[in-house]
Amino acid sequence: MDTAIAKPKYDDNVVKYLTVMAVVFLVLGTSMGTMAAAQLAWPALNFDIAEITFARLRVMHTNTVIFAFGGMTLMATAFYTVQRTNGVKLFSNGMAWTMSILFTIGLLLGVISLSMGMTQGKEYHELIWPLDIAVAIVWLMFTFNFIMTIASRNKQTHSHVYVSNWFFMGMMIMITYLYVVNGLAIPVSLFTSYSIFSGVQDAMIQWWWGHNAVGFFLTAGFLAIMYYFVPKQAQRPIYSYRLSVIHFWALMFGYVWLGAHHLQYTALPDWTGSLGAAISLAMIIPSWGGALNGMLTLSGAWDRLRTDYILRFLIMALAFYAMATFEGPVMSSKTVNALSHYTDWTIGHVHSGALGWVAMVSIGAIYHMVMKLWNTEMYSMKLINFHFWLATIGTVLYIVAMWVSGIMQGLMWRAYDEYGMLAYSFVESVAAMHPYYVMRTMGGVLFTSGAVLMLFNIVMTIRMAKARQTSGSQNVASATA
Amino acid sequence: MARGVGGEDKPKNLQDRFERNIFALMIATALAVSIAGIVQIVPLFYLKSAVDYTERVDQYGNLKNERFPELVWQREFVMDDNGRVVLAPGSENKRLIYKREDGSWGSDWNPGDGVRPYTPLELAGRDIYIREGCYICHSQMIRPFRDERERYGHFSLATESIYDHPFQWGSKRTGPDLARVGGKYSDEWHVMHLIRPKDLIPESIMPAYPWLAENSIEDYFFGMTRDMQARLRAMRRIGVPYTDDEIDMAQEHVRGKTEMDAIVAYMQVLGTMVRLDDDKVYRE
Repeated sequence: MDTAIAKPKYDDNVVKYLTVMAVVFLVLGTSMGTMAAAQLAWPALNFDIAEITFARLRVMHTNTVIFAFGGMTLMATAFYTVQRTNGVKLFSNGMAWTMSILFTIGLLLGVISLSMGMTQGKEYHELIWPLDIAVAIVWLMFTFNFIMTIASRNKQTHSHVYVSNWFFMGMMIMITYLYVVNGLAIPVSLFTSYSIFSGVQDAMIQWWWGHNAVGFFLTAGFLAIMYYFVPKQAQRPIYSYRLSVIHFWALMFGYVWLGAHHLQYTALPDWTGSLGAAISLAMIIPSWGGALNGMLTLSGAWDRLRTDYILRFLIMALAFYAMATFEGPVMSSKTVNALSHYTDWTIGHVHSGALGWVAMVSIGAIYHMVMKLWNTEMYSMKLINFHFWLATIGTVLYIVAMWVSGIMQGLMWRAYDEYGMLAYSFVESVAAMHPYYVMRTMGGVLFTSGAVLMLFNIVMTIRMAKARQTSGSQNVASATA
Repeated sequence: MARGVGGEDKPKNLQDRFERNIFALMIATALAVSIAGIVQIVPLFYLKSAVDYTERVDQYGNLKNERFPELVWQREFVMDDNGRVVLAPGSENKRLIYKREDGSWGSDWNPGDGVRPYTPLELAGRDIYIREGCYICHSQMIRPFRDERERYGHFSLATESIYDHPFQWGSKRTGPDLARVGGKYSDEWHVMHLIRPKDLIPESIMPAYPWLAENSIEDYFFGMTRDMQARLRAMRRIGVPYTDDEIDMAQEHVRGKTEMDAIVAYMQVLGTMVRLDDDKVYRE
């Protein structure tokens, strides 16, 4: 069992653990999401069971995919890349293991508690306060270990810190700020607390967190992945160093302003929302700069996409990133927002980012890491190609369904008949969504099947690698006997 | 855009220095990400216009609004000789809840009197609302558009959620907005609807919540009691004004009630606290 063949140069066992857990949570999280989608299409699937009613399941889904899958992926890739780009082992392997185990337990308890309706009631920050604190401790351990690993590099051989590390670090700093401030609450019992903020201030702080969980956790962190794994997989240096510097600082400074665009036309003062919208628009430039930086890394080697399925995931992720970062500013402009806010279009936009960008770039990076960590080829490259198409078609089905239903909802809610009365009752708009909810569910089924294939492929790869190692060491043993 | 944070438009050697020193890079990044929060969030705690000119007037979080007095239920507190928070002379007849001789509950507040804290029963209902994740599908924030006005009512004001810890504006309307649902339907309608939504609205995709009618509101997780006094006290600590008498009565106020009673009480108060004047411009 413990014939770890990984190069002793790096602490890779904890990376292996986090990588496998990330895939397990991807399967769990997308399954929950698909089930929740099916409940909207066929409400009987709520089965009158409190623990899996739509709203609770939806929160379990978002927590599992964002924090469990996303978090595990970020931790795995951060620990993998920080060692390799700085040429050192982790600052503390023991701390990395403690953090990983604590995080796993915290997340499992989190999902169970959410199913029981224990929640803080703030979107994307639902975990009850004891688990909230546990997650914050995990995060600080992660940050400390990461920064100290960089600080302990040999400055003669590794004088400059590589760009992927900047993005990881930026994410860690901002998420710490956001998570702590948004989580400030006064406990009432072990399972309940009330946010210390209320009303308009609570709303602004919530969406400052809400959008920057997207901006830093799901963007900056995964851009760090992109900056390491795209050049590695393409075997070419990143297209432009200068562009990555601009990308980094513009993203750090600019992204934080966007939260207010979630609150346009609400009771939040108008200037705040408008400021958020204006900077959202300006963010197209650095976002596209970053996407191009990744894609152009391939210039002169585009033919690799034909043969390298892992690279396909990474490049398709960048295409979705570019699309979502164009769609976002459009949706934050006041005219469009008036229509799109409160509709399924928002859900579609999130998923073009979450499935198309975050999941695809993670999947590419995870396949890459599995081959390196276990020092082996994949069990099946064909399955990766199949996974790629399942994921791509699933994502496209999902977001197209949500575009149509979102815009349709928005238009139906504001439609007037010839007498100047509202043309549709609310429930007519609900009934009209049924076909798109079915279509969305199908997209989810495809995407989830891809994730299951991935888990299967990775488990088989690891078993294959281990079998080879044991037989290899047996040969050595028999030779020496 | 990154001007002033050591970005690309400074001499290249600054960036170079950051790349050689991870701690310098950390500090520069921490500064760069702080600016937006300071500009967008901090003023909301000081600008009166951000909350329709509603001000907190005492250490308990009591409100007044000189510009739009109809928005808030104004009462005043004092500390009596025993160190208890009681209503000040002139405010004695503004009890949030009191028990009548016959055992029924009354309140000196009437719909339209202005924004007030939730009664213990309503607060318990609000906790159930959050537990079931109602905010995932229902917003409580009406925007200033003609169609929303006709569908839901006057647009929502910041003052209306000033006692909402956390806020429940929501972000999605899989179901309709609930900011002004109070009084639109009868209690019986809400009960039937929550037990089986499809019985009343065949096209509804809302899950059924039959367990609400069966569970006592005092039952909490794992056989624990839902302690309403602790909840009101916690709320007071973060600025929601309750008197000590009201806190003392909190547990009795919910005794014998079900989760259904509580959530219906909460929904029936939504949007009924203030009577907004159509001719006034509350927000530019």
